[in-house]
Amino acid sequence: MNHLPVLPILLPLITGALLVTLPRLGLNAQRFISLGATVAGLGLVLWLGSMVLEHGRLVYALGGWAPPFGIVLVPDRLSVLMLVLTATLAVPALIYACRGDDDAGAHFHALFQFQLMGLNGAFLTGDIFNLFVFFEVLLIASYALLLHGGGTARSRAGLHYVIINLIGSALFLLALGMLYGLTGTLNMADLAVRISTAPAADQPLLQATSLVLLVVFGVKAALLPLLFWLPRAYTAAAAPVAALFAVMTKVGLYAMIRVFPLVFALDQPLAALTAWQWLWPLALATLALGGIGVLGATSLSNMTAYMVIVSTGTLMAIIALGSTEALAAGLFYLVSTTLLTGGFFLFADLIARQRGAAGDYMVVTAAMKDRRTLGILFFFGAVALAGLPPFSGFVSKAWMLQASLGEGAAGVFWPLLLGAGFLMLIALSRAGSKFFWRQSPKREHDIRADRVRLACVIVLVGAGLVLSLGAAPLMDYTRSVAAQLMTPGDYVGAVHEAGLNLKGGH
Amino acid sequence: MEALYAIAVGVLTACGIYLVLRGRTFPVIMGLTLLSHGVNLFLFASGRLALAAPAVIGESADPTDPLPQALVLTAIVISFAMTAFVVVLALRAAVELRNDHVDGVDPEEDWRP
Repeated sequence: MNHLPVLPILLPLITGALLVTLPRLGLNAQRFISLGATVAGLGLVLWLGSMVLEHGRLVYALGGWAPPFGIVLVPDRLSVLMLVLTATLAVPALIYACRGDDDAGAHFHALFQFQLMGLNGAFLTGDIFNLFVFFEVLLIASYALLLHGGGTARSRAGLHYVIINLIGSALFLLALGMLYGLTGTLNMADLAVRISTAPAADQPLLQATSLVLLVVFGVKAALLPLLFWLPRAYTAAAAPVAALFAVMTKVGLYAMIRVFPLVFALDQPLAALTAWQWLWPLALATLALGGIGVLGATSLSNMTAYMVIVSTGTLMAIIALGSTEALAAGLFYLVSTTLLTGGFFLFADLIARQRGAAGDYMVVTAAMKDRRTLGILFFFGAVALAGLPPFSGFVSKAWMLQASLGEGAAGVFWPLLLGAGFLMLIALSRAGSKFFWRQSPKREHDIRADRVRLACVIVLVGAGLVLSLGAAPLMDYTRSVAAQLMTPGDYVGAVHEAGLNLKGGH
Repeated sequence: MEALYAIAVGVLTACGIYLVLRGRTFPVIMGLTLLSHGVNLFLFASGRLALAAPAVIGESADPTDPLPQALVLTAIVISFAMTAFVVVLALRAAVELRNDHVDGVDPEEDWRP
């Protein structure tokens, strides 16, 4: 059997364990190992991606135990998209951290690797209890990463973040207990078959289970009534950590589009699910709240945190439409918005370092040393984030607007999406003019921007331009991802066949 | 037995939820612990309740389902570690913020930093 699918989990696990057990290693050696493993991880997921492109979907049975009893990893097109996105964001975030942020507390690199392990595992697994375990791995690493560097703001935000996620985990276990009690299996493909043939008497309980899962994934993805932990946590986190966290909310979204179409909608259209009908109004409310939050933010990192909420609301709303085209448009937007918001968390830190005590708060202070470079970069970044041409945000928004037109949902979705975009534009212009145009007459700050840090931000903002210029291949790819998601029968068939092959081999 | 078990799970969960909604960190942590006890018992019951049936095939004519026990074991390990972590975090927050409220501010105390 080809062992490639498990390597994106093993590599960060072994690297992280190595970094914990070798505490005497100097910081430079740690940076070297961590960075090497992260870049190698990017190579691995690209390699895995090429295999998946060839075969459409791989099924890897851990330890050679046949599904549905053994745990399977099922890398398919959606997994590969998320894996490559995570690795692409992780490399600049880690390089940025290596310029000094990793020195603020112990074990930064080990925790970073465990975080990557949890993310990769969650994207690969085909077993719902295993999904819970990887959620826990990434959450535990994120608790410690959020607190990295210490300080009262982080302790306070960390307490909220940890408590709400512990309650989320308890609810996840309740849902899994109900699923196991009703069906006797936890393998997602097997669950799909059992649920589609479940007796009518079990339907209310299954529906309740799906709603509990919606709450669990909603906590992770920051859906409206469950998102109030996010702005404070993301604002308080160290910049490279916040950049990596930009992909964390997308894990909740990933779990939704992995679990609901497959497990609960094998024999019925996605839009007919009760959970999916709840998603649409909640997503729109999230979008509206995010737009207002962006306008009221007190600092640039706080504003970026609210932009994460806007992107969650947008994504949830577009996937709630439930059509293949809408899903494809949403996935394109997911890639674009994750890289840009991640980049903006780093950018906020870069600006804060030039402004002394004022930090990235929206106050007028003395001029920055690198105001020209940063100002031009801010202009392009703001244009990209607000979704104006020629950046990928525009392409994805135009596509989402088109897709929603086909579903007859444009009347509600258009005003909210465009309105939120407009509010973002106002807030970003306000921030830009405060930072770069209005300066107090005091002597200018004489701290220069770190070249490497600047390069990391340029790469992530530039990704918006690259994704826009080379949009066609990615659009084709997200279309194929959406098409694959909408045919859950193939997933079930592939896992079933792998199980039969394994049993036949013994 | 089922009724007694269900009542125990229900009481644990209800108490857990009530305590989690309190304002100070200590009751919240107690609530999280009770909640995880309730959840663990619930998970255990997902394999159906049976008396005198070991979870090992071959030991008796009618073995019970071993999987929920493995799931509960995983859940216990995770919740145990997380309780330890949240206790340390709450202590640290209490020292740094000079009060033990979950929001970091004591509404009854007029204390300014």
